[in-house]
Amino acid sequence: MKSVSLLLVIGLAAAATAASSCGGNPPPAQPTPNADSAAAAAKARQDSIDAANAEAARRAAEDSARIARQREADSLAALGRSSEEVRAMLAAMIHFDYDKSNVRSDDMGALDQKVAILQANPDLRIRVGGHCDERGSDEYNLALGNRRAQAAKQYLVSHGIDAGRIETQSWGEERPLVDGHDESAWSQNRRDEFEVISGGDNLKRPS
Amino acid sequence: MTGPRVGGLAGGLALVLLTASPPARLPAQDTNAIDRGVRIGIVYRPGVRPGMVMLPRKGLDSVRVMVARDLDYSDRFEIITLPGGDSIRLSTASPSGGATTPRGGRPRTSASSGAGGGAQSAIGSLNYPLYQALGADFALDITAAGDTTIATLHDIAAAGVRRAVRAQLPAPGSPDFRQAVHRMADQVLQAALGTPGIAATRVLFVKEGKVYLIDQDGAEIKLVSSTDRQAMSPAWAADGHHFAYMEFQAGKGWLYYQDMGTGKRTPVSTTGTALDFTPAFSPDGQTLAFSRATEEGTDLYTINIKNNCCLRRLTVGHFSDNLSPTFSPDGQRIAFVSTRPGLPQIYVMAADGTDQQLFAPFDYGVTGSSNAPEWSPDGQSVAFHRDVAGTLQVFVLDVRTRTVRQLTSVGRNEDPTWAPDSRHLAFVSDRSGYRQLWIIDLDTGRIRPLLQQSGARLPAWSPRLSEAPSTTP
Repeated sequence: MKSVSLLLVIGLAAAATAASSCGGNPPPAQPTPNADSAAAAAKARQDSIDAANAEAARRAAEDSARIARQREADSLAALGRSSEEVRAMLAAMIHFDYDKSNVRSDDMGALDQKVAILQANPDLRIRVGGHCDERGSDEYNLALGNRRAQAAKQYLVSHGIDAGRIETQSWGEERPLVDGHDESAWSQNRRDEFEVISGGDNLKRPS
Repeated sequence: MTGPRVGGLAGGLALVLLTASPPARLPAQDTNAIDRGVRIGIVYRPGVRPGMVMLPRKGLDSVRVMVARDLDYSDRFEIITLPGGDSIRLSTASPSGGATTPRGGRPRTSASSGAGGGAQSAIGSLNYPLYQALGADFALDITAAGDTTIATLHDIAAAGVRRAVRAQLPAPGSPDFRQAVHRMADQVLQAALGTPGIAATRVLFVKEGKVYLIDQDGAEIKLVSSTDRQAMSPAWAADGHHFAYMEFQAGKGWLYYQDMGTGKRTPVSTTGTALDFTPAFSPDGQTLAFSRATEEGTDLYTINIKNNCCLRRLTVGHFSDNLSPTFSPDGQRIAFVSTRPGLPQIYVMAADGTDQQLFAPFDYGVTGSSNAPEWSPDGQSVAFHRDVAGTLQVFVLDVRTRTVRQLTSVGRNEDPTWAPDSRHLAFVSDRSGYRQLWIIDLDTGRIRPLLQQSGARLPAWSPRLSEAPSTTP
């Protein structure tokens, strides 16, 4: 609407100029009150438009300044807190059944969160560490831990994350999270751990 | 012979002696809880082993005790230990020679230690009928002549000296002393039975992420890995002077090749890019086979260890893992673990990777995971462990018939490793309540602890160590 009004004003001015500059017959004298009133009306209209525009711009500027001020005020604490939350989500472990390396359905949500975090933080690179419980064979567990790390990596890659951003490592049963020789300890030790290699400062929360 | 009189005396003495020191034998322990349809493989034949009398002497006690224990641990003799005193060692009735010592029971060192004709003078002094009555086939007399230690092996039935083994032993407490005594025990065993012994051998193992070395009799534990990084899977080279192991480093698994004498360690080329583990030497020492875990899974590779070159891939697993290689002693074949049937089982292939096939039979859906194979030095067997009812047990595969037998059933038993005699296995067991190293004799079923410390695992038994590890590269 604003631009249309502006074009109308320009159009009127152009028409007036064209009428005055035509050669030959002198232009018929226009009734001045009419011309004055038209110009005054156009000016008043323009003033009104300008004022409205200025007010809108001022308000917009005020709003953005206020938001910016608010963001700035919150940034250190809030963004830092947010980064920590994101980091915790990223580090959340996933777990496996005995002698299995398939991602369990109850862990897919945790992996989906990691996909979103990796998408929101394009510089982020991570390492997935696969671990086993003490029940299996010591050396076989290195192969099994590798399978477990690869399983998480493949899940992330199949959801659009570049494979070059994810390293994998197997620890076999060499680094148990929990000491103990029962299923409660074993089930916690059969896990993938996720750690940041680089790009982990001020992690952005996924939108 | 004076028959009844001597016999009666010998019988009385035997009763006293056998009561005083009964043969120190553990019963075969693994007789319970064998799974249905699995035959336990221990053939227990009490009384078949020849008796060996250890003659009492003054002095050289540390040598005598070590040799007696080595011969006992060979599980090839019944060791008969006599209380001290020459009245038992010497014959009361000396019908033929009349060579009884005139020196009131003092040991006759130089005279009795001579070989051949020189030993003849000692023969008459030994109470062969008594030893025969005790069930002895041999008597061992350890004496000193100057700086030479002499182990004289008497053949009781032949009533004569079989052989005198001489050695200039280092001083007790010096670094080479024990191995020198172990070598002497092996020479005695060789002289008695014509078979090499296993006394002069050692076992590498892992404890708390570090590699240690221990003598087969449980003495002289020594740290050999050189960093604080976590190590696994030590493996001997056939020369007994080198070994390889894996170490976690920077998120990967590195293989190292180390000189036992100097401790100098060399990273195996091309490692450090992946998780490389379970190294195994070819018998000629030229090739190192190992497992490598990558995005594709775990597969077997070989590398020329002498020139650190020529990496070669042997398996292409795709959806299965292949690991834990072990060479046949002729170097022609490699047994390994593969998960191609779904669970890990024991497979075999030619050393170039061709002709891969199942090695240890299993019942699909019934038999548990099988892991940690090691080919016996005589080539006839492959030891491994298998999941039985939720725990691990040691099995042996007969290579010719491809049948398996279960060796253990008490507690959890895993990671067997062959002694060079192919009849003893060291393994990890928690039968005592915590995981420690044990040794089983397959012929008698006798089991003894090698190391009574918790947390020891992944043992690797050395070849025969004929000399002290050299310091030459």
